[in-house]
Order: sequence, then C-alpha cells, then structure tokens
Amino acid sequence: MEQRDAAQDGWLERLQRIDRRYIFILMAVAVIVPIVLGVRLPVGKPTRPVRLVYDKIDSLPAGSVVLMAYDFGPSSAPELAPMAVAILRHCFSRDIDVVAVSFYTAGPPLAQGVLDQVAKEFGKKYGENYVNLGYLPGMVPLLIRMSTDIPGTYKQDYTRTRMSELPLMSRVRSYDDIALVVDLASSDTPAIWITVVNARYQQEVAAGVTAVMAVDYYPYIQSRQLVGMLGGLKGAAEYESLVGRPDEATKRMPAQSFAHGLIILLVLLGNTAYVIARIRARRRA
Amino acid sequence: MRSESLGKERIIPEIPWDRVGVWIAALLTLCIYSFLYRDNVLYKIAEHLFVGVSLGWALCVTYHQAILPKMVYPVFMPARVDLARPDFVVAVPVLIGLLWFARFIPGVGWLTRVPIAAVVGYGSGVGATAAIHGNLLPQLRATLLPVVARSDSGAFDLWLSIGNAVLIVGVICVLAYFYFSREHRGVLGGMSRVGIYFLMLAFGAGFGYTVMARISLLIGRIDFLWLDWLRPLFY
Repeated sequence: MEQRDAAQDGWLERLQRIDRRYIFILMAVAVIVPIVLGVRLPVGKPTRPVRLVYDKIDSLPAGSVVLMAYDFGPSSAPELAPMAVAILRHCFSRDIDVVAVSFYTAGPPLAQGVLDQVAKEFGKKYGENYVNLGYLPGMVPLLIRMSTDIPGTYKQDYTRTRMSELPLMSRVRSYDDIALVVDLASSDTPAIWITVVNARYQQEVAAGVTAVMAVDYYPYIQSRQLVGMLGGLKGAAEYESLVGRPDEATKRMPAQSFAHGLIILLVLLGNTAYVIARIRARRRA
Repeated sequence: MRSESLGKERIIPEIPWDRVGVWIAALLTLCIYSFLYRDNVLYKIAEHLFVGVSLGWALCVTYHQAILPKMVYPVFMPARVDLARPDFVVAVPVLIGLLWFARFIPGVGWLTRVPIAAVVGYGSGVGATAAIHGNLLPQLRATLLPVVARSDSGAFDLWLSIGNAVLIVGVICVLAYFYFSREHRGVLGGMSRVGIYFLMLAFGAGFGYTVMARISLLIGRIDFLWLDWLRPLFY
C-alpha cells in the first residue's frame, strides 16, 4: 500500500516538473505537423472588432485615401504582414488609395514589399494609387506636423522621390484628406495615434496589433476612439475571410489551434496533478 | 555567365542570391532556437550579429530618410526637397540637437541642459494633454453608461444592460482595490475582492493573447523553414 502511494506521489511530482525541453519538442511537433501536412480548419465567424474595420473601409467611397502605418519589423511580420495584405486587397479592390508611413526603422522595406505585391494583383501604380513615405524618427512631433502639411513633413518618399513627382501626394495635404488611419503595430504606436491624432484632430483610427497587445486596446474600441481592431493572427485570418481571399493567416490557423490545444492540455494536466497532490498531502496530514 | 580565361571559355555558375539569403536566414533561425536546449556559442554569434545588423540598419535608414532630407538637403541642396531657396531655420534645431554631445567636452557639459530642457518641456506639454484628452476623459465618458440600456429601436436591451452593469461594477471595484488609504475591510474589502476577480480575468485574457502571439511567431518561423528553405530542396 505504501509502495503504491509512493509510486503515485512520484508520478504526480514528475507531472508537475516536466523538463521544459520535452514541452518544446511537443510544441514543435504540434506546430510542424499541421504545416507540413497542410491541415485545414475553419476560421469561424469574424469577431466584432474585425468586422468594424472591414465595414469602415467598405463604406469609404472610391478615391478615398487610407493612411497605413507599418510600425513593425520582421520579428512581428508573421502576425502583421497577413493583416497588411488583407487590408490592402480590400482597399485596392474598392479603388481606395493608400499612403504608407512608418515609425519603425525596419517598417519601410516590409511595407514596400507588401504594397508592390498587392498593387500588382490589382494593377495599381506607384505614385498614383499608393505611396510609401518611409521612416522618420520623432513620432509625436511628426503626427502634429502632419495635421497641417504631410508632404512638407516628409519632403521625399522611401525611394527618395520628391513629393512634387508623386501625383497622389498632391491630393494629400493633411488629415482632412485622409479617410482612415490604419496602424499595424508591434509596439504602443496605436496609443499615440489615438491620444494625439484622434483626440486632437478627430481623425478616425483603426489598428492591427500583435495578440500580446490586443487586450490593451479593447477599451479604446468601447470608447469609440478606435474604429476597430485586428488582434493577432486570428484577426488577420478573420479579415481574410471577410475579404474573401483566404491566405497566409488562414493557412497558419490550424497550427495555432493545435498549439493552443496542447497548451490547454498541459495546463489541465499540471493543475490536476497539483490539486491531487495537495488533497493527498492533506489527507495524510 | 561566361568569362574568357587563358584563351579557354569558362562557365561561371550564376549565384542564386535569393537562395543564399534563405540559407543564411534559416541557419541563423536554427542558431537562435538552439538556445532552447541550452546557451551556446552559435546562439551568441546569431544574437550579436542581430544586434549589430539592427543597429547598422537603423543608422543607415535614419541617415538616408531623416538626416539627409530634413537637415542636409534643405540647407545645401534645397531643390532636392522642392525648396526654392535654402532653409536655414532647420539649423536651429540641429544646433540644439548637437548640444547633446557637449557632455563629452570638458567644461561645456552644462550645455546639454538646453536640449534636455527642450525635450522635457515639449514632452510634458504634449504628454499631459494627450493623457487628459486622449485617455482620461474619453475613458471616463465611456464608463458613464445607462444600467437600463435601450437598443437603437428604443426597446429595452437586456444583454446591453447586463454588459453595462458589469463594466460599471468592474471599474468601481478595481478602483476600490487600488485605494490604499484605508484598510480593505467591510464594504471596501468586499469591493476590492470583487476587483481582484476582475483583474484575474484581465490577466487571464492577457496571458491567453500572449500565448497566441508567441505561437504565431513560432508558426511564422516554421512556415519559413519548411516552405522557403526545406521544401524547395525536395520538390
């Protein structure tokens, strides 16, 4: 009897102290298998914050200008680049022009790659339908300056072309000419867009953020300071389904679901072992 | 690509630079992931390379996108930034900015107080208005909600009413939890306990989203390793 108790205690102890490297291997398997096998799972009904962004862009008339801020680098691209592609497809399919900016040094080349890729699909021309203004440091003073003179703030674009040589920029002087700001961010830049540009100039702002940040931005949707929000890979996949073009995010969601399933299993296992061990210890006492 | 060498025609294979880039990225990714087993020299190499390349990239981008068009061209080549004549006004902020380096010169280190004063003055001015008009007041307004809520058609909306009530109770109880000027007993104790539950729920949601974010990044890397690096080797 005592031997059996000791063996059970040993198991419970081991379950609570699994070497983290075994967990890493299990996680790698949970992610690799669905990607290599090309597993497909449904994305589910789009959530309200994503739907709000979609509805806003959908309501804009052709010829409107959306300012997209690419405030992320390669480390967050797996979550945010699919959002950028989906939103650009929505904009270009409705003949909405796009001005890209970045307050993150690694943002402009990522923006250029995504813009060129989607523009090619819809036959859009650089300078006429989309422009990449690139990176400038000092976000807050720049945002304030942009309220009166966007071309004067940047002077040249990412490819060092003068503003006077970009026809789109002749239509974009200040926030009055911008229908919507969409900030795709891996840091706290959406909060700056909200507290500076939305609060001062009543410019409508939407955000696409990494999942880590999503919780912080729900209060801004409730207070209507944010039009809507795409949170993490799930938000990107939902937007892809709304646009009707399932792509990278939708393909990656099965791996996400497998990994989440594994984590839930491990949390349940660890906690169950902990609770049982506590009950046994109390009984013994 | 062909080249003539000692009278014989030699064929030099063209280097597929995009594949070279994929191989470098893939090997560096594996070097970083090797840390999951334990700290090692390959991880250190990749880490140091990342820090160096990031800094170099940031310097180049800032030079080409900020220093040249905002500081150099307006004064020395105004036509390149659509100016009819040199704009010497930019020299003022540039000079103030250069005063940051005064701390490296003995005897004039006190001059750094000028840019510090400008940054602190500007920052607190903009920050205070942004905090009040951009955060405090709109969030306060968003909490002033009717407990008996009606839909757009004017009919009583049960779920909206429940949502509003939960939001108001949550805000008040969490604020009670952070009220430290009185011992948490009686009504205040009960409210702060409820506040803890609301905070726990928020932390749980935050943890869930954090897990999702980290897994997404792993998926992005595995996706790259499989689709861009390994699969082309087999198919």
